[in-house]
Amino acid sequence: MSTANKPKETSYVEAISQALWEELERDPSVFMLGEDIGDYGGAFKVTEGFLDKFGPERIIEMPIAEEGFIGMAVGAALMGMRPIVEVQYADFISCGWDQIVNVAAKMHYRTRDAVPMVIRGPSGGGLRAGPFHSQSPEGWFAHVPGLKVIVPGTVHDAKGLLKAAIRDDNPVLYFEHKYLYRRIKEVLPEEEYVCHIGAAKVQREGSDLTIVTYGAMVQTALQAAEKAQASGVSVEIVDLRTVFPIDKETVLNSVAKTSKAIMLYEDTRTLGIGAEVSAIIAEEGFEYLDGPIIRVSAPDAPVPFSPPLEDYFIPQVDDVIAAIDRLSAY
Amino acid sequence: MDIKPIEPGAKELRDMYYFMRLGRAIEERLELEYKGGKLPGAIYLGRGQEAIEVGASYALEQGDVLAPAHRDMISQLPRGLTAREVFTNHYARANSLTRGKGEANYQGDLKRGLFATVSMLPDFYPVATGAALAFKLRGEKRVAMPLCGEGATSRGDFHESLNIASVLNLPVVFVVINNGFAYSTPPYKEMKLSDVAERAHAYAIPGVVVDGNNIIECYLEVKKAVERARDGGGPTLLEAKTLRMRGHAGHDAAKYMSKELVEEWAQKDPIERFEKHLTNQGLLDETGIKDMTGRVTQEVAEALKFAEESPYPEGQEAVTDVYRQ
Repeated sequence: MSTANKPKETSYVEAISQALWEELERDPSVFMLGEDIGDYGGAFKVTEGFLDKFGPERIIEMPIAEEGFIGMAVGAALMGMRPIVEVQYADFISCGWDQIVNVAAKMHYRTRDAVPMVIRGPSGGGLRAGPFHSQSPEGWFAHVPGLKVIVPGTVHDAKGLLKAAIRDDNPVLYFEHKYLYRRIKEVLPEEEYVCHIGAAKVQREGSDLTIVTYGAMVQTALQAAEKAQASGVSVEIVDLRTVFPIDKETVLNSVAKTSKAIMLYEDTRTLGIGAEVSAIIAEEGFEYLDGPIIRVSAPDAPVPFSPPLEDYFIPQVDDVIAAIDRLSAY
Repeated sequence: MDIKPIEPGAKELRDMYYFMRLGRAIEERLELEYKGGKLPGAIYLGRGQEAIEVGASYALEQGDVLAPAHRDMISQLPRGLTAREVFTNHYARANSLTRGKGEANYQGDLKRGLFATVSMLPDFYPVATGAALAFKLRGEKRVAMPLCGEGATSRGDFHESLNIASVLNLPVVFVVINNGFAYSTPPYKEMKLSDVAERAHAYAIPGVVVDGNNIIECYLEVKKAVERARDGGGPTLLEAKTLRMRGHAGHDAAKYMSKELVEEWAQKDPIERFEKHLTNQGLLDETGIKDMTGRVTQEVAEALKFAEESPYPEGQEAVTDVYRQ
């Protein structure tokens, strides 16, 4: 078979670039703010070529002033623009915390004014990048009413959910996983598509137990499910895709089917997204359960640098297998 | 580039006088209500600041945007905020601008170019800078004006805003109302500079100091900065020196303010000074002052009654409007 006929595969990072490019082309009110996003094309080359195409009025390079330009995005959004802020690493979003949680998140509640803005950046570990370039900040923001929080785990969703985020009239935080950038590829639909914010997706069907996960852990869960299948355990994987709002219905339907649930998340354990989903299942799906809800997560520690430390920190396929084995005994 | 100031005419002067008097009358009534235990929350009074509050705001045109801070209710009056809206918001009623969701002076209305502030200051410095960016991107000749006190100029986002507005040459007029205290902390404990406006030099933009109790000077200098910004001349940092004649909030007796200081500034009361000016100009006399007292007293009484008779929101409204659907 000739490779020329093979449909073109798109990487996760290309999917993100495509979504930004297409939305910038589609809507003149969309523009970008961020550090090194112009000539340099962004620290991860997400916006390579954007400056030439869209010009310095829409690809606006910023000094190192995250609180300043995140606040500026709020102001521009209130004036009817649709700003997209790139934080160079998602970790740096902490510098703009006040603007996000106090100004953006609470504006519509108080004044009914829309704040259509997106803040996106590379999150997550696995790249030996240490405590300040590896964090998973989604839990911080999922706890703030007024924000929507997206963590895509597949190439398809990376594109479709970013487009949805840009079109949404609320402040949306979009945490792309940098480990996935060039590691996963998919053939995307040729026609335009937009995903629905707040809808989980069953990424693999199974009958014996459910893994609820999101982000890069979707890939870990898929690998663990393959292994478990070999030993006769059929695993269903629910990818939350948006960690706020959480799609309770898809989670509960899956647990009703399998009666067993594992929460798999790369964020630290206490009060993480998986802790919240556990509570939802315990509260609303208690009678479905045949065993305890098990959390497989990072421990309550900063993300360490040294490879053996980071590998211990980030949930691995074997950690998931151990949890599957434990739960299968019930 | 030096822009010739546009002297305010008789109509403008009378308007400004009315807004100063209305602002003071509203605040006097709020203070009474607060002390009588009738308000559910806090009050932040701008007594003594009427000249810069009104002068700065009145220098804006329709289409411009103002971002007041927690103490700047009076600045909102020239942009159309009504006494009824002030009282319904303080009384936390369903028909207030925030529908009972935001406290004290934290209301806004974008149709009137008014941002609804938050407690963290100067959060609206970057927000107003972003509004100015939107104006510039769309080629609109509009200006953004955030207000804050001298206390908030210690924060990083104050400096980030001035810097970025300077780099991008944005139409922003940054107004700092230096009212002598950040809660209880005097400026000498916050900065080595004697003028906040000196901070402008670090960002290569004009820094202007005005007498914050002289409304003509406030209006003219702000107007110059506004028109300069509108014409593409970039941002200005303007500092108005005044004194907050009350404590930080209603509960604060402000014992840290000496009697001498308060007495000194009482002599410079911006409304009395303006009345003298208007009288000298032949625009006001004893009868005019009395008539204005009657007008604003009646307006305040009517607004207070309206607020008191307005219903509270239903409890379940606590969870509405968190998101735009």
